[in-house]
Amino acid sequence: MLGGVRVVDATERLGWLAGRLLGDCGARVTKLEAPGADTSSPHWRALNVNKHVIRGSAERLPQLAAEADIVLATPSPSQFDELRELLGANPALVVVSITPFGMTGPKAGWRGSDLEIMAAGGAMSLAGEPGGMPVRISAPQAYAWAGSQAAVGALIALSYRRTSGRGQLVDVSAQSAVITALSHAPAFVDIAGVSPTRAGAFMTGRSVTGARFRVFWPCKDGYLNFILYGGVAGRRTNEQLVAWMRERGFDLGALAAQDWAKWDPTIASQQTIDTMEEPIGRFFLSITKKEFLEGAHAREMLGYPVSTVADIAADPQLAARGFWEDVPAPAGGTERHCGAFVIVDGKRASLLTRKSHEYAASA
Amino acid sequence: MNTQQALEGIRIAEFGSYAAGPHIGKMLANFGATVVHVESRAHPDGFRMQYPPYKDGKPGIDSSGCFAYFNDSKLGITLDLKNPKGVELARRLVAGSDVVIENMRPGVMARIGLGFETLKSLNPALIMLSSCNMGQTGPRADTPGFGSQLTALAGMANLTGVHDGPPMLLYGPYIDFIASTLGAVAVLAALEQRRATGKGAYLDVSQYESGLLFLAGELFDYHTSGRVAGRVGNDDPDAMPHGAFPCKDGGWVALSCWSDAERSRLRKLIGKKTLADWTAARTPAEAAKELQAAGVHAHAVNTIGDLFTDPQLAARGQWHRRVHEVIGEHAYCGPAFRLSETPGAVTTAAHTLGRDNAKVFRGLLGLSEEEYGAYDAAGAFA
Repeated sequence: MLGGVRVVDATERLGWLAGRLLGDCGARVTKLEAPGADTSSPHWRALNVNKHVIRGSAERLPQLAAEADIVLATPSPSQFDELRELLGANPALVVVSITPFGMTGPKAGWRGSDLEIMAAGGAMSLAGEPGGMPVRISAPQAYAWAGSQAAVGALIALSYRRTSGRGQLVDVSAQSAVITALSHAPAFVDIAGVSPTRAGAFMTGRSVTGARFRVFWPCKDGYLNFILYGGVAGRRTNEQLVAWMRERGFDLGALAAQDWAKWDPTIASQQTIDTMEEPIGRFFLSITKKEFLEGAHAREMLGYPVSTVADIAADPQLAARGFWEDVPAPAGGTERHCGAFVIVDGKRASLLTRKSHEYAASA
Repeated sequence: MNTQQALEGIRIAEFGSYAAGPHIGKMLANFGATVVHVESRAHPDGFRMQYPPYKDGKPGIDSSGCFAYFNDSKLGITLDLKNPKGVELARRLVAGSDVVIENMRPGVMARIGLGFETLKSLNPALIMLSSCNMGQTGPRADTPGFGSQLTALAGMANLTGVHDGPPMLLYGPYIDFIASTLGAVAVLAALEQRRATGKGAYLDVSQYESGLLFLAGELFDYHTSGRVAGRVGNDDPDAMPHGAFPCKDGGWVALSCWSDAERSRLRKLIGKKTLADWTAARTPAEAAKELQAAGVHAHAVNTIGDLFTDPQLAARGQWHRRVHEVIGEHAYCGPAFRLSETPGAVTTAAHTLGRDNAKVFRGLLGLSEEEYGAYDAAGAFA
């Protein structure tokens, strides 16, 4: 879709995903990589596939930018002016700056890695045991939030260029990008005067009583994710779960008398939730992740197992959709990548473009 | 000052509900796209009645802060899509749109007469994005699902928490917002293609696959080395220390050191104290400020409440207060980026159910008063 768009990607890890997503959509992405920079890490390889890698220092950026529609960069504060100068030299250029806190404001010069950005964006306060240590997601996410929002910003600016002929500076704050991940948690502060916080394996914010609902349940070989929902979908799920438990001869406890058509989780008390969840917990201990995935699908129930990367790699749904793509590896053989993120007109674009040779040779 | 918005003139019809569809529309509406959010009185957006917070704690069709949060700057209409007259109007709406966004289960749009092939016959250059849990094809394509659960299937939950504790969720339907962000990229790329070639596109976005792009490194590592990533609290293989430390007011500060030089700077700052004692004597904001001044990565672990007072977010205008007809004045979230020429805006508060029926059908679609009345009498707006 972006076949005519030329992108120069001069980013560090904070911005890698931006160029990857634009490349997935067909843009010609040239990655400027410092001489001697390590390109062998799994993250580098996964997020720089489908880019044409050029080795060179940052001094080459103005020259490369002269031929580009979009420049992606992760400047340090001392490089902010140089980046702005690119726009001065070429007013039609879309210049995307991706930094931890943005190029303006009192913390514009602050250092931030995934941990600090997840903390600053409020995400860490929402994960962890209640009252205990806040945690980040063990696989870095702030970089991906920043990179993906940068891709949105880049294309919005490109759209404006098509009508006005003018480029502009897109100043991405990773801290702000992480706020995207928080769902509607900020609305509670503003409307209800309550600051949502971490709830461990549970979830709050669903009932006006403040009741917590269990989200993660131990099963025979790991964990399942199941939530007592309301609405049409929740009703079907709850009815099917009870039917499943009945078929297996489980004591239904408080579930036996429940009229799901009338059940409303938004006003449910903690005591109600606890008595309903007790028999469900016993049932889940008797089944495996695979049984749950297949059973829930067959019964059109809401709920999924908690997958590891190994479970995901073996998922037939992804194989059927051609999600994985094998690309020539630097040392011979192939390496397996997540494919392009979108299927366009029934086809998933290949990561193996004319630039694949340079990519493979770049390590 | 330039007053033109970047996406001015782009018209989007949104047959979406909850987060995954409407959040795409919100992001694009904030840069000037005209986004029409379609609901019906029988089936309003599920975020209106299924999730708090509500104005004064009272559930009501127009009092949900959750719905409002994802639907500012749009036009809101009601159409009964089980009524042929409602479908007729939906088609007229699409005929004049550039983009359709939908996040129903696969096949539902076609069943109600709004499948891509039908819509394309009315509007050959149409761009349509379908977003659902598993994508439009594959053995589990028909799986219904919410993001709060898909986040578990897609591996994030297994990677959240401490090593010997249970998996956890980062609050809500985390993965929905990955899919909406990537969905916005796809829509914008398709618009660029249409400008260049005149061609429309059908975009099939699987929320599951979108989420996996955020674990691309961990998945690559598994495929290459067989290593199965697990949850490790706040540890990181390349940094030490790397974690959250309690502060004197019950808050926490996050900090990390990525080199010997950075560790030396940290040691020099805290002197003979242990790190825990040093942070315990300061508020998170004080600790972070001193650490940053010394050249050490650090930031307060912001609570959600803190996001409204964080000086950096305030300086960058993160929150936009607008007056909602029922909720009153409240805050909407601004974009994650600033554009120097076309900065974007939260133009209006979220709509009450069906607020803009007349504006859209009389104004945008140009129905005469008689036609509008006839559709109304036939129950098209129910």
